[in-house]
Parts: sequence; C-alpha cells; structure tokens
Amino acid sequence: MVSLSWYLCVGALLFAIAVIGIFLNRKNLIVLLMAIELMLLAVNTNFIAFSHYLGDLNGQVFVFFILTVAAAESAIGLAIMVALFRSVHTINVEDLDSLKG
Amino acid sequence: MDSQTLLFWVFSGCTLAAALRVITARNPVHAVLFLVLAFFSAACLWMQLRAEFLSIVLVLVYVGAVMVLFLFVVMMLDINIDRSRSEFWKHLPVAALVALAIALQLALVLLHGSWQSMTKGPPMRGGNTAALGKLAFTDYLLPLQVAGCVLLVAIVAAIALTLRQRKDARRQRPAEQVAVRRSDRVRLVQMPVERSETGEAGAASAAASKTAPGR
Repeated sequence: MVSLSWYLCVGALLFAIAVIGIFLNRKNLIVLLMAIELMLLAVNTNFIAFSHYLGDLNGQVFVFFILTVAAAESAIGLAIMVALFRSVHTINVEDLDSLKG
Repeated sequence: MDSQTLLFWVFSGCTLAAALRVITARNPVHAVLFLVLAFFSAACLWMQLRAEFLSIVLVLVYVGAVMVLFLFVVMMLDINIDRSRSEFWKHLPVAALVALAIALQLALVLLHGSWQSMTKGPPMRGGNTAALGKLAFTDYLLPLQVAGCVLLVAIVAAIALTLRQRKDARRQRPAEQVAVRRSDRVRLVQMPVERSETGEAGAASAAASKTAPGR
C-alpha cells in the first residue's frame, strides 16, 4: 500500500529535478520559468499528500491559492519575457545585463 | 501489488521521467510538451489522493491556460538554441553535487519516515468540490477575494506590458475632450456697429467675428 513517505519522495524528487534544471539551464530563460513551475508542482503535491494523510482539508485550500498565484506569476513572467524579447531578440540570460529595457 | 500501488508507480514514474525530459530537452517546444505531460501525471496522482477538484483544476487551468501560454510564447519567439545550451555540460558537476545532497536527505526520510498505509482522507461531505467550496467561502473568504485581486492585477500587468497599438490609428481621447475649456473654443469680440442705417451689415460682421477661434 502507498503511504505518506512515497508521496513525499515523489515531491522531493520533483523539486530536486527542478533545482538541477536551474543549475543546468542557467542561460535559457524559458526553461528557468518551466523549472519554477515544476518546483511549485512538487510543493503542491506535498501539500495534497499531507492534507490526505492528516485528514485536514486546509492543505487543499492552500494548494488552491498557490495555483492562483503561480498562474498569475507565470503570466506576468512570460509577458515580461515577450516585451524584453521585442527589444533585445534573445532569451539568453547573459545578454540581459542592462537595466534599460 | 494491488491496483492503487501500481497506479501510483505508473503516474509518479511518468511525472518524474517527464520532468527529467523538461530540463534536458534541446528543443524548447519539446520541453513545454513534456511539462504538459508532467502536469497531467501529477493530476492523476492528486486524483488518487481524493483531491478531485484540484486535479481537474490543474488540468483545466494550469495545463489548459498556463502551459498553452508557454507554448504560444515559445513558438512566437525565434529562439537561438545553440547559444542557450552552450554551457549545459559545464555545470553538470555542481548539479550532481546538489542532486547528491537531496538524495541523502531523501534517504533520511526513507529510513525514518512513516510507512503506514493510506488513511481514509479528510472528511468531505457532499464531495471534494462542495467541501472545498464551503471552506473557501467561510473561513477563507478574505484570501479568496485577495486571490481574485491578484488575478486582476496579473491581467492588467500582462496587457500593459505587451499591448502594441497601430501608429496610424486615430482614436478619441476622452481625457482631453473633457479637459477642454470654453476659452479654447470660443472667443467673444466686442465690436462697434459699422453701419447704422441698415442693421443687416452690422449684424453679419458681428456674427462673423464672434466664431473666430484662437486668442
């Protein structure tokens, strides 16, 4: 039978994969944003697993709010990237080194 | 191994494999598609944990809107892949170190964690959606409204950042229209009557000078 530790392991591995993804893809802005989404998914999985095993519905309400904020953040992050790309024509993080947009 | 455990292994394996492909895929479009697969598998995992509302919300909202937005952006931008991946293998030692640290922490959980089987889950009268709705609209009413404001701010910000308007389009500017003053449009001039025998000529010249614009 599946117990709490298995779900926590899945969450931890997912988070670790996302962190490694940030290390490896340091230059690619889009993959950085996707790694952030994976981290949020790992945290949400942890919350839902705990909500199930502790019998408390508040964990799921928190996941609801995390999903809202994550969607808003990724929309604004992508809008910033699109607006930036229109002027510098690159998604390489190394080229985004001036404050002037 | 019963069906629940088998499904858990299948879904979690799918999620982790898709996540690995997200960070290692060369083509950004492939990476986004693998992220979609990761989210679908995670939604199945959540469904197993009796969180059906959030599972469907993940598929509809997160995959259906946010991932599609990612796809739009990735396909719209003309990305030079080679430069972005130029130092990919150089960072592998540090990444391996971080992975080792996390694996050690995982081993600690495995050794000391709780291994009892699944419990029934939280009490949900009327189903998961009804129970979440009751909780959201009573205890968490204020955070719900704040979340709505956050989404509104996100809409306004995204449009304000990326909206481009045609340079040759003519449009009204209501702020300027409302700020117009009478003295900008009408100038009254006091003039003596030019001819006194016939009032027509004097009235015609006075009417012509009344509507002259400017100062």
